[in-house]
Amino acid sequence: MSNYDVINSNAPRVDTPAKAKGKAIFIDDMSMPDMLFGALLQSPIAHGKILNIDISAAKKLKGVKAVVTAKEAGLIPYGVSPARYDENVFCHDNVRYIGDEIAAVAAVDLETAIAAASLIKVDYQELPALLTIDDAMAEGAPVLHKKYPRNICAQVNQEFGNFEAGLKESDIIKTTTFKSKRQDAAFLEPQGCIANFDKLTENLTLYSSTQVPHYVQRILSMVLKLPIGKVRVIKPYLGAGFGIKAGTNTMEIVSCLLSMKTGKPVKMNYSREQVFMFGRARHQFVHTMTTGVKKDGTLMALKNECYLDGGAYTSFGIATVYYSGSLLGGPYKLPNMKYDGYRIYTNKPACGAQRGHGGVIARACWEQQLDMIAEELGMDPIELRLKNMMVTGDITCNDFNMSSLGMKECIEAVKDGSEWNKKKGKLPKGKGIGMACGFFVSGAGYPIYRSDTYHSTAVIKLTEDGGTALLYTASSEIGQGSDTTMAMIAAETLGIPLSDIRIESGDTDFGVDLGAYSSRQTLMTGHAVYDAAAHVKQQILEVLAEELNISADEIDIKKGIIIFKKSQPDFSKLRERYIKEHRGWTDNPSADDPLTFKEASRIAFLAKGIISANGKYKPHQLGGKFKGAAVGTSPAYGCSAQIVELTVDEQTGQITIDNMIDAHDCGFAINRVSVEGQMEGSLSMGLGEAMFEEVKFDSKGKIINADLAEYKIPTALDMPPVKAIIVESSEPNGPFGAKEVGEGAIMPTIPAILNAVYDAAGVRIFELPLTPERVYQAILDYKNKKAS
Amino acid sequence: MKQIINLTINDKKYEVAVDANLTLLDLLRYQLGLTGAKKGCELGDCGACAVIMDGKPVNSCLVLAVQANGKNITTIEGVEDENGLHPLQKAFVEKGAIQCGFCTSGMILSGKTLLDKKPNPTETEIKSAISGNLCRCTGYQKIIEAVQSVSCEG
Ligand code: FES
Ligand code: FES
Repeated sequence: MSNYDVINSNAPRVDTPAKAKGKAIFIDDMSMPDMLFGALLQSPIAHGKILNIDISAAKKLKGVKAVVTAKEAGLIPYGVSPARYDENVFCHDNVRYIGDEIAAVAAVDLETAIAAASLIKVDYQELPALLTIDDAMAEGAPVLHKKYPRNICAQVNQEFGNFEAGLKESDIIKTTTFKSKRQDAAFLEPQGCIANFDKLTENLTLYSSTQVPHYVQRILSMVLKLPIGKVRVIKPYLGAGFGIKAGTNTMEIVSCLLSMKTGKPVKMNYSREQVFMFGRARHQFVHTMTTGVKKDGTLMALKNECYLDGGAYTSFGIATVYYSGSLLGGPYKLPNMKYDGYRIYTNKPACGAQRGHGGVIARACWEQQLDMIAEELGMDPIELRLKNMMVTGDITCNDFNMSSLGMKECIEAVKDGSEWNKKKGKLPKGKGIGMACGFFVSGAGYPIYRSDTYHSTAVIKLTEDGGTALLYTASSEIGQGSDTTMAMIAAETLGIPLSDIRIESGDTDFGVDLGAYSSRQTLMTGHAVYDAAAHVKQQILEVLAEELNISADEIDIKKGIIIFKKSQPDFSKLRERYIKEHRGWTDNPSADDPLTFKEASRIAFLAKGIISANGKYKPHQLGGKFKGAAVGTSPAYGCSAQIVELTVDEQTGQITIDNMIDAHDCGFAINRVSVEGQMEGSLSMGLGEAMFEEVKFDSKGKIINADLAEYKIPTALDMPPVKAIIVESSEPNGPFGAKEVGEGAIMPTIPAILNAVYDAAGVRIFELPLTPERVYQAILDYKNKKAS
Repeated sequence: MKQIINLTINDKKYEVAVDANLTLLDLLRYQLGLTGAKKGCELGDCGACAVIMDGKPVNSCLVLAVQANGKNITTIEGVEDENGLHPLQKAFVEKGAIQCGFCTSGMILSGKTLLDKKPNPTETEIKSAISGNLCRCTGYQKIIEAVQSVSCEG
């Protein structure tokens, strides 16, 4: 067992009692007096020129309070990354996908708002809808955004080492192409927000289901031309986001605009269909990879070419197209890596960041290829991986520093846990076992906008009576358990029980925190919280030292009790003072009780006023000097290994996943149950993507499965038993040695399934999802080939 | 035209005037302030809006308020009693079965309905009882464990 009192335990989460009671407040549970409701008018065509917008009928409808278009919203471009601000609040020249926003209405109730929006008349000149990468890149195809010929939104060409030279030294060369499908994150809570603008003070407050209050605050300030100090963004409880809620959505700006026009609170919500139409989830990727290895299995070179179907706007895409190359730099020793990535604009909803940002499909393609290579070498796939595995201290060819890497331990844990040696290649026909590894950042090394900003700040202040520490952070509890993690770090650092911490989070008034994305909060916010708590503790110790005339080094705090490391001084005077301040209280300490944190902090308050401290964190300078070096750098990297067992029914092509085992190196588990929860949730999302998830479009660019019946995500019946094993490598750059788990755990899932399918049925499948039709066809082709 | 309906929610009697097209979910959430039932899809696909109506779990987004006339309804707000959290709620907290919590109300009500009928369900029975409740966060494992832990005690 660990030496810690609070962290590294299975402590129940601080937010879940309220959630179990149905009392936790999510955005749609909120309302305000005299609140209006907003509705959007969205484009019914995938591509066209706007010739005219007539809002007169909408304006006349009874109950309508405001109608806004690009005329009112202005044309300040925004987006996620300043390098590609390619969105406007409303379309003014062209519409670029079905769902593109043209106008919005605020009215006394939602029905009226929707009715009014439908009264807005728009004349279009339809343009050809470019629905595939090939269409969009074709000679003479219309261009979605003027600045980007051939609809190439972003292009990355990188080479580390010398690919061709590496290939020359290789004995086996393998090339495969792999294709995935567009995803929807299918979080359960549709996006929503309430904006409240006070015309008198010009203060704007936005309550929103966002993962990133800080970035939303900046975008609102920029687009609505309000000083940052006048804009406050508050995140209520969030029904998860998985990356999609990590950018500013149209409603967030529009509700503010409508509130500024009307002076009243304005509420807006996406319907489930609108969630799909807004998109911003995982791109469709087409990877072609060539890998060269020596006879002994040494990896020599990788060439990775990738095309991303980006949709109509950039969103996170510029980072995505970098990540889908750079994240193959680890966890294997790879001396030569060449990457060519192209993100293409198409007339579909924009894609963005989703759990495992940019790396999931690259990983799937490569880990399957590594298995094919292992087979050709006559090597066990695990042996091939272990042979090339990096260890703590290694640096990748693209300059990522493996300051801790428990990859080997992860592999061994799943190998033993699954009885790999007994099963691999020895299971009965139709049954298979497969493995894969993965690797991910613990927080982006740089903010999305170029800046020297702190990535996280935190404030801790003690109540005047010392019983409770109030922790304020602008970080985002989105379901992953960050509030509990931060409260545990604060409690451990201060030396008090978890129940004595009260945390408030997700509010830009609490400071700067870049939010929940890139698996950053445990490491980054965790550091800031640690810093604040350590400073608060030091102040208490200093006051005590002064009062008791001893050195602060001789004092500590543990489990809410003051520990005197040497001899115990006489603190009766302090206690008397404390009791005097609490006449009538029935819980005052008696003479032989040890001195408590509560008493000490009351004394400190009497000496210094409110005891509080700021904590802050930003990563040290990271990464190389090449273009795009920033994407993929991180203070630390998490990693994982997985083994999947499954059954393939050769008659139907139906795959049943029988069980999954996952080992993840999270550095150090602050909350063990939360770490397991992230692993189990990741595996389930990966299973869905591998097996059945695909956003489908008709020939006009309309999504045909924009609901949770036809867009299938795993139900309880689809999930096999999952065994989650925590590996702790103690990361020097993480608070208490902690690093990520939220996203990295999804990395090996898809390739482990692909590799198990091969073991079971002898077929390699290079396109997702693994529907029975696709698997059946592959088996048929394989049999025909064998027969001929 | 509004219609008057009478129903019992969490042992309390209500008489309310509702529009013919108002769903039970919207009645609960926006007219009665019982926001524990969540709105995830409004199409009966996700189970976040589940409540218990005359002993059976239903997706309240698919039930019209007028259809709930005369019915006895339990929402998540009615599961806790004067002794505090229901054992299943406690188990959800202790086993880590709650992440974002958006599916939780529906999950707990589905689990509770099963346990009320069958105090010792098999794993498959638990899985099918909650198969209409989607959860994107947990992978279901800890939810199943939470239901199992209560059934063992019972
Ligand atoms: S909101 Fe009722 S089932 Fe989804
Ligand atoms: S806990 Fe988030 S959907 Fe279940």
